[in-house]
Amino acid sequence: MTTVYFITLACLVVAGYIIAARRARALRPSSGAAVHSLPTYHGLLAAASLIVPMILMFAIGSPIVKQLATSSVFSFFPPEIANDPLQRGVILRDVANLLEGRYQGEPSAALRDAAASYARFFWTGRLVVLGTGIAVGMAALLLVLSRISASFRARNHFERFVLAVLLLCALVAILTTIGIVFSVVWETYRFFFDPSLKGRPTITDFLFGTEWNPQAALRADQGEIKTAYGFIPLLTGTLLITFIAILVAGPLGLFSAIYLSEYATPRFRAWAKPILEILAGIPTVVLGFFAALTVAPLIRGWGESFGLDIASESALAAGLVMGMMIIPFISSLSDDVINAVPQSLRDGAYALGATKSETIKKVVLPAALPGIVSAFMLAISRAIGETMIVVMAAGLAANLTFNPLEAVTTITVQIKTILVGDQEFDSAKTLAAFALGFVLFFVTLMLNIIAQQIVRRYREQYD
Amino acid sequence: MDMTTQGIQIAQPFVPAKPNAAKVVARSVNVHYGEKHALKDVSVDVPDQAVMAFIGPSGCGKSTFLRCINRMNDTIPICRVTGKIEIDGKDIYDPALDVVQLRARVGMVFQKPNPFPKSIYENVAYGPRIHGLAKNKTDLDEIVTTSLEKAGLLKEVKDRLNDSGTSLSGGQQQRLCIARAIAVSPDIILMDEPCSALDPIATARIEELIDELRSNFCIIIVTHSMQQAARVSQRTAFFHLGILVEEGETEAIFTNPREERTRDYITGRFG
Ligand SMILES: Nc1ncnc2c1ncn2[C@@H]1O[C@H](COP(=O)(O)OP(=O)(O)OP(=O)(O)O)[C@@H](O)[C@H]1O
Ligand SMILES: [Mg+2]
Repeated sequence: MTTVYFITLACLVVAGYIIAARRARALRPSSGAAVHSLPTYHGLLAAASLIVPMILMFAIGSPIVKQLATSSVFSFFPPEIANDPLQRGVILRDVANLLEGRYQGEPSAALRDAAASYARFFWTGRLVVLGTGIAVGMAALLLVLSRISASFRARNHFERFVLAVLLLCALVAILTTIGIVFSVVWETYRFFFDPSLKGRPTITDFLFGTEWNPQAALRADQGEIKTAYGFIPLLTGTLLITFIAILVAGPLGLFSAIYLSEYATPRFRAWAKPILEILAGIPTVVLGFFAALTVAPLIRGWGESFGLDIASESALAAGLVMGMMIIPFISSLSDDVINAVPQSLRDGAYALGATKSETIKKVVLPAALPGIVSAFMLAISRAIGETMIVVMAAGLAANLTFNPLEAVTTITVQIKTILVGDQEFDSAKTLAAFALGFVLFFVTLMLNIIAQQIVRRYREQYD
Repeated sequence: MDMTTQGIQIAQPFVPAKPNAAKVVARSVNVHYGEKHALKDVSVDVPDQAVMAFIGPSGCGKSTFLRCINRMNDTIPICRVTGKIEIDGKDIYDPALDVVQLRARVGMVFQKPNPFPKSIYENVAYGPRIHGLAKNKTDLDEIVTTSLEKAGLLKEVKDRLNDSGTSLSGGQQQRLCIARAIAVSPDIILMDEPCSALDPIATARIEELIDELRSNFCIIIVTHSMQQAARVSQRTAFFHLGILVEEGETEAIFTNPREERTRDYITGRFG
């Protein structure tokens, strides 16, 4: 039915466009004046005025029909069944199966009647929606057609339609973001303050606790084991790994960007840059087992030759590989912004007798700073949000340490660990994931604000 | 004031170039951009403590020649320069020569003002800093102030030395670029159409400035304005299609050119 509706819609739109455009083409303006809008605009306006009401009709009508059909089903069952949420689910599933011929066994009379009623409501409802949709669309089309004249400002009216569509898209994006933030904030609030939740920590426990051990809350009979939701070890683990990654990727990425944009020949740049970007396309799972199976043993062997005892899972291994992963973010974006610095600034410096590196250091990089900072921010956000590599290479142990040779864990890894496996959604443990998510969100937000400040302070704006 | 045959006023009294005072000597300079032969066999003497103007239709190689004198062409990979250019008797294309030092001695001002996106102070201090011309902060302040003063900009900016150089008006920006060039105390200043982005008042201001600077520097200016060439320069060279057609004292070029092509160009019958 949906398909039918949209095929009709498409046909009407095309027809509306053609009719309106043709009618506009046939217009003969009164002497002296010109036709205000091109026929295309009359056509587009007609099409737009068809689409909007028809889609609205569908969006409003369909759920109503569905609702009516569903509620008609329950009148065939006694109230004690019809009012039980679980039974209602079962009935609806049975009705759907019956209608699609997938029902196992012999259906009861009530069920058969219910299914028939459902189908009846559903189909007539849909037909009504289709009919009204077409009627509304045609009315709108006729309205536009009736107004087509030499002086009709179809071009300007269509502009408003474009504005509305763009605004709508922007709103959807913004509202989605707000929605996600609210849902995270709400669940976080529940994690800390919902009285029905057993084993929830206080905010101070969470923010300043140095022990992370949510697993113990898994089963009731394990109630004796102490659960702990101190998130400090996760924060330090996250920061440690991110720091190592940036230590690797920052210089490598930035310097390769400088090399590519300022020193390399165009030919070298043409093939080196795509290769660097391929690095960004390697799935993190692959990088993860590369870290765990190649890099970690290497570090271990190297440590042993110095008499160091290095855990087979270490922050260093994860950080190094994560650094590799984010190099292309830094190098590629920095390369672009460095290239965007006008040649005239470089010429100005050269003409004063600056060497190439002096020019880069004192003129090019300051001018490109805002872009470079955003490249770093993007890279850092990627590093903080990265999960797979850490799971494989750094482990799950929530050690509070700044030693890169020990196993650590990160916020994202713990979120993943908490939500994988089956437990009820409402436990303190699952809600802890939201609290962690909220903190993660907060940390990235702070980093962004700091970056903005840095840019504002040191930016050198060329026009 | 005397009128030229073409009706162009020569406002500046003519100062003959001192004999033997050639600062820049070019002999058979050829420039190729890849396959394109942009400058053909150019030989010219540029006098010291005077202004020399390069004129000629667009694409004739004026900028190219200018950029040979401070070897800015080195930054263009496909550009090849042959022949000989000497400054104070020293070949500047000598492989042993330090290009960076050369450019410190030969300042350049570009067509479009290109101040660094830094403060006014930093713009001027940039050159002295990289060449270590100032021993301390007081020295540097001194250099910055005198350079701005010489560029005739000090009065307008002395209370806002920390504002961005790009916040100035176009004419002020160009004077800032001149101050920046002067700050490294060059011998020669090359100016490539320094007034083409400016209004008449800012242009007049810069022309005045060029005239004042003449006593201390050797200045070469590329310009599309005949009037400007006549007003500010003592010698003029006319280029056409990569060839130096005619060169001589400005008054002679404008009143009595030897070549038909020069006369046509100056009178605007050319193009
Ligand atoms: N970077 C370059 N690459 C290739 N060819 C160039 C380059 N720069 C200049 N040319 C060529 O060399 C010739 C001389 O150019 P030049 O810039 O010296 O002219 P110009 O006299 O300064 O002209 P204008 O008055 O328009 O500035 C032109 O034909 C131009 O196409
Ligand atoms: Mg030029």
